[in-house]
Amino acid sequence: MNRVAFRLVKDLGFRIYLVASTSVLLIPLGLILYYIVSNGITVINWDFLTSLPKPPGVLGAGISNAIVGSGLLIGIAGALSIPFGVAIGLFLNEFSETHLASAVRLCVEVLQGIPSIVIGIVAYLWIVVPLGGFSAVSGGIALALMMLPMVVRATEETLKLIPHSLKEASLGLGVPYYRTMIKIIVPAGANGILTGVLLGVARVAGETAPLLFTAFGNPFMTVNITQPVNSLPLIIYNFATSPYPDWQQVAWGASLVLIIFVLGLSLLTRTLIKR
Amino acid sequence: MRKTSQYNPEDRNIRLYEAIFKLVLKGAGVIMVTLLVALLVTILWQSWPSIREYGIHFYTGRKWDPVFKEYSALPFILGTLATTLLSLVIAVPIAISLAIFSGFYVNSGFLASAIRTLVDLLAGIPSVIYGFWGLFILVPVIRKLELSIGIVPYGVGILTSSIILAIMIIPYAASIGRDVITMVPNDLKEAGLALGATPFEVVHRVVLPYAKSGLLSGVLLSFGRAIGETMAVTMVIGNANFIPGSIFDPANTLSSVIANEFAEATDPLYISNLVHLGLILFVTTTIIGFLGRAVIRRWSVNR
Repeated sequence: MNRVAFRLVKDLGFRIYLVASTSVLLIPLGLILYYIVSNGITVINWDFLTSLPKPPGVLGAGISNAIVGSGLLIGIAGALSIPFGVAIGLFLNEFSETHLASAVRLCVEVLQGIPSIVIGIVAYLWIVVPLGGFSAVSGGIALALMMLPMVVRATEETLKLIPHSLKEASLGLGVPYYRTMIKIIVPAGANGILTGVLLGVARVAGETAPLLFTAFGNPFMTVNITQPVNSLPLIIYNFATSPYPDWQQVAWGASLVLIIFVLGLSLLTRTLIKR
Repeated sequence: MRKTSQYNPEDRNIRLYEAIFKLVLKGAGVIMVTLLVALLVTILWQSWPSIREYGIHFYTGRKWDPVFKEYSALPFILGTLATTLLSLVIAVPIAISLAIFSGFYVNSGFLASAIRTLVDLLAGIPSVIYGFWGLFILVPVIRKLELSIGIVPYGVGILTSSIILAIMIIPYAASIGRDVITMVPNDLKEAGLALGATPFEVVHRVVLPYAKSGLLSGVLLSFGRAIGETMAVTMVIGNANFIPGSIFDPANTLSSVIANEFAEATDPLYISNLVHLGLILFVTTTIIGFLGRAVIRRWSVNR
């Protein structure tokens, strides 16, 4: 075989290797989705979504409290992290060159890198210990700490892309600075900020580690934010590691609900980005 | 008639609002910095009893046994290193070839966006679901493997956790790698091809040497992420508080032991020891994150 042919064969071999290793990635994804859908679909029905978890052996168990709890936790996390995060993003954009801004950027970066379990410890020490018990609000704060860097990043990146002329036009028309920011700049970047918020929600919706010793879990329905609440990831963790087959079935169902929510949200975000 | 509002630059109120607005923004910045400092101080403060009580012994002892009040982080540090390094060994070759494939061979068109969606989907699956899947599907497979080679069939353990971790970090590593590889200037790639090099030779001689340090920092960042990963590992590692002897042994990582024991810990010193483990996690992931981002930043500025 001559040299050129040998080189072409080597190239072909490399291509085959690349395609093969890409397909290797398809296998786990396919398997995970297959098992969750095939196991989850058999337990999901209207009753499953609207009734409470039952002791092992009792028929008609559901995950209604986990769905409500997840909503509650995400609501608290969003209510805290969205306004604060947008304000920080605005600050970083407007006072971009100051020392404070570089300190804030550093802090956001560090916060984003902190492992979720450590965030859980901090929320426990800050909220659970002073309140004297596990609560929804401590779980919501833990999730807010995880969401915050994503909201800040999204706001800063989006505002950076908004043309200066827009701001100058508004200021030139005599609109005061603060109104320009609130009425012109933030609405112009609303789509980008929303994308960041949705990605943040998709991420914290599946977080379990920071909830283990904050929201803790609760077999009953509650909307009281000073009480422990259940959430979808918590019920999956607790029931999946239990020895009872019917609880494990509930965990498959809860996994399917969670994955539909999370992946649906990220697909929605992708279409938003494309627009 | 629609009400119109007028702004008079001399209006005192507007000046006031303006000052308040700027104050709120700066205040948000100050709160952010305070928040992080407070977070760090809290962790240090709460792990201080453990640091004072055990000192260096916390890193050299061989046992973690809350019943006999013997605490050492060493089994968990070794468990964390074993699982994360093994998972990198599995994940890095796949992630880099995925990055080359989607960053160099197919960087536009249907296939490229299909791969991107696939990677995003994998990245979006929550950790607890990976753990659940691993517990019910992967553990029996590993158990069979262990039976067939004649060792104790735990099923759970370091190998199982590493495989799950690898699946979880591939999307992350691959998307950094793809970004790095797309940043290699087209001039260089085209020059290589124009000289008659095959695409493989361009990858081997041009793209990889050029992207080397960027790819390295991607590996570093994935390492940091793998260290902090909790739920999936907790569910399949077997939770054994001793120094693992082989990759088939059950073990515990820094994060999985916190996840398992924190809610049950009552003794203040016990809690302090667990927070101390959290401090180790915090410090290592932060340093690794800094290194990774510093490398990638220097790399993209120099090019």
